[in-house]
Amino acid sequence: MSIVEKHKEEAVYVYQAPIRIWHWVQAFAIFALCITGYLIGSPLPSVGGEAYDYYIMGYIRWIHFVSAYLVIVGFVFRVYWAFVGNVHAKQIFLPPFWQIHWWAEVWHEIKWYAMIVKEPKKYTGHNPLAVITMHIMYVWGTLFMIVTGLALYGEGTGPGTWQHSWFSTWVIPLFGQSQDVHTWHHLGMWVIICFVITHIYVAVREDIMSRQSIISSMISGWRMFKDDRPADDQH
Amino acid sequence: MHETFYDVMRRQGITRRSFLKYCSLAAGALGLSPAFAPQIAEAMETKPRIPVLWLHGLECTCCSESFIRSAHPLAKDVILSMISLDYDDTIMAAAGDQAEAIIEETIKKYDGNFILAVEGNAPLDEDGMYCIIAGKPFVEQLRHVAEHAKAIISWGSCASWGCVQAARPNPTRATPTHKVPNMPDKPIIKVPGCPPISEVMTAVITYMLTFEKMPSLDNQGRPKMFYSQRIHDKCYRRPHFDAGQFVEEFDDEGAKKGYCLYKVGCKGPTTYNACSTVRWNGGLSFPIQAGHPCIGCSEDGFWDKGGFYDRLTDVKGFGIEANADEIGTTAAAIVGGAAAIHAGVSVVKRIAQKGDDA
Ligand code: HEM
Ligand code: HEM
Ligand code: SF4
Repeated sequence: MSIVEKHKEEAVYVYQAPIRIWHWVQAFAIFALCITGYLIGSPLPSVGGEAYDYYIMGYIRWIHFVSAYLVIVGFVFRVYWAFVGNVHAKQIFLPPFWQIHWWAEVWHEIKWYAMIVKEPKKYTGHNPLAVITMHIMYVWGTLFMIVTGLALYGEGTGPGTWQHSWFSTWVIPLFGQSQDVHTWHHLGMWVIICFVITHIYVAVREDIMSRQSIISSMISGWRMFKDDRPADDQH
Repeated sequence: MHETFYDVMRRQGITRRSFLKYCSLAAGALGLSPAFAPQIAEAMETKPRIPVLWLHGLECTCCSESFIRSAHPLAKDVILSMISLDYDDTIMAAAGDQAEAIIEETIKKYDGNFILAVEGNAPLDEDGMYCIIAGKPFVEQLRHVAEHAKAIISWGSCASWGCVQAARPNPTRATPTHKVPNMPDKPIIKVPGCPPISEVMTAVITYMLTFEKMPSLDNQGRPKMFYSQRIHDKCYRRPHFDAGQFVEEFDDEGAKKGYCLYKVGCKGPTTYNACSTVRWNGGLSFPIQAGHPCIGCSEDGFWDKGGFYDRLTDVKGFGIEANADEIGTTAAAIVGGAAAIHAGVSVVKRIAQKGDDA
């Protein structure tokens, strides 16, 4: 590509292996959760025969629950890794909301997406807009799905199980009744889907148009840069 | 000396054999081991019967109707004689001032020792004017009697949650017992359902009378023995649910074969009640067995969860009514469309920029 000038290829190791494994497991599990979740709300056309001939709804729910536990374990692990991992691993959990210059950078990033400024800033970690989006949509979005999901799950496992005692007992009255929890859990899915659409689109666009590598970084862990001016985040 | 339950029953011509049979059935219904039957029997033989004042607020009397139909062979006789239903304006003989006098009499005689059963609820708007009992707002009667009661039973979805009169927009501000302001601090047991199952009602009373305490309640105040599982958990059509065999329309092949009613709006998966185990009319049937989806009548606000025949609830406040999937696909289409347009503009800009650079 002609606009990428010749420059020193200086790579930085950003995404440690556990983060990359976590990311792709997460992506796969959430994909499965959305499909099976949709089918729980609006099941496939009915099949005939006797009950022992099929186990369609059973398998759909089974896949939902297995993926759900992958997401739960993944989330817990991701929180743990925010403590022990490198500086980039903390980013999505603690956006520096209190720093004024950080908001200026968010604004700059918005202008870049609005195509008002010609060039984005250069980041080793996430750009600030990505951090906000991931913080709200991923961290809180997933937590919401986990809490409401476990509350629904506890209804099946019943009183006396940890899912029921820790989640169903307070989440269900909080939302009103079980049907309301279903509705919110369902709406949460669409919030996550909107995030994923944006996320994937932006990842591809940034990979092409920004000043650093994006998609390959989440595969190899290394961030490459397309020019050798200094990065705008301090690391 | 006070009459005991047993005295009353014998007086009503119930044999000892029938009485003992009732005690073991009651133990069964309460989820107690058969070993409890003698305990129930002993309690009934020795304890003075406890009076119950049964008040009616805004309601349709379906709870009373259900209660007096307890199909358990003896429950009708036993329960009705066992509790002295001193005041129940639907079924008592007295009327007018005479009837109202019974309330004061009971309060005086059994202060702090009778059970208050509430059917229906109190409308709070216009100072409670929408429900007048003996010339006074029901809410005042409710507070007054509750003041002297030992415990309160909220019969049915009206008293427990609000039910139809509290459905949006709740024009009279009908309010369930536990949410009425300035209610004296008395234990409240909720027995929701529209109406509750008669055997559940009689079992709850039997428990309270024989053990002189509340049955164990869940954190929403419902007796655990009847409300800790969903209809769906014990539904006999559940194997069809797991298999993916659904009724799609009420007159299709699946309906004839008794497939699962999930797709025609069954609320069994979100409804806590004992219908799929205790059933109705003496264990004869229950809505799902009759081919109709559960409407979730024992759940809070079940009137406001969209159509009884829709699986997904309509969410209001989006201008039009839409369910989660309709809202979601619209949002996803907007986000996806925006991304596509953004991508298009990005490409055009990039080309234009390249032109500038050249
Ligand atoms: C991002 C993650 C998730 C998505 C997108 C998702 C999506 C959905 C959807 C759309 C439904 C159907 C709701 C309805 O009845 O209308 C559903 C149901 C359910 N989900 Fe999730 N879910 C997610 C995570 C979880 C988690 C972490 C759990 C925890 C165990 C969970 C447990 C359940 C359960 C128990 C049900 C009800 C199943 C039934 O009624 O048979 N979900 N999910
Ligand atoms: C095929 C689909 C996906 C692709 C191609 C993709 C790609 C990427 C890329 C390239 C990054 C790094 C962004 C950067 O360097 O600034 C990233 C980060 C991230 N992705 Fe995805 N992703 C996908 C699916 C998902 C899904 C389904 C989720 C969860 C809902 C998700 C959640 C995240 C999060 C939370 C991060 C931040 C990681 C961190 O800093 O710890 N991704 N993704
Ligand atoms: S008919 Fe209703 S309660 Fe029974 S299995 Fe189907 S959804 Fe569940």
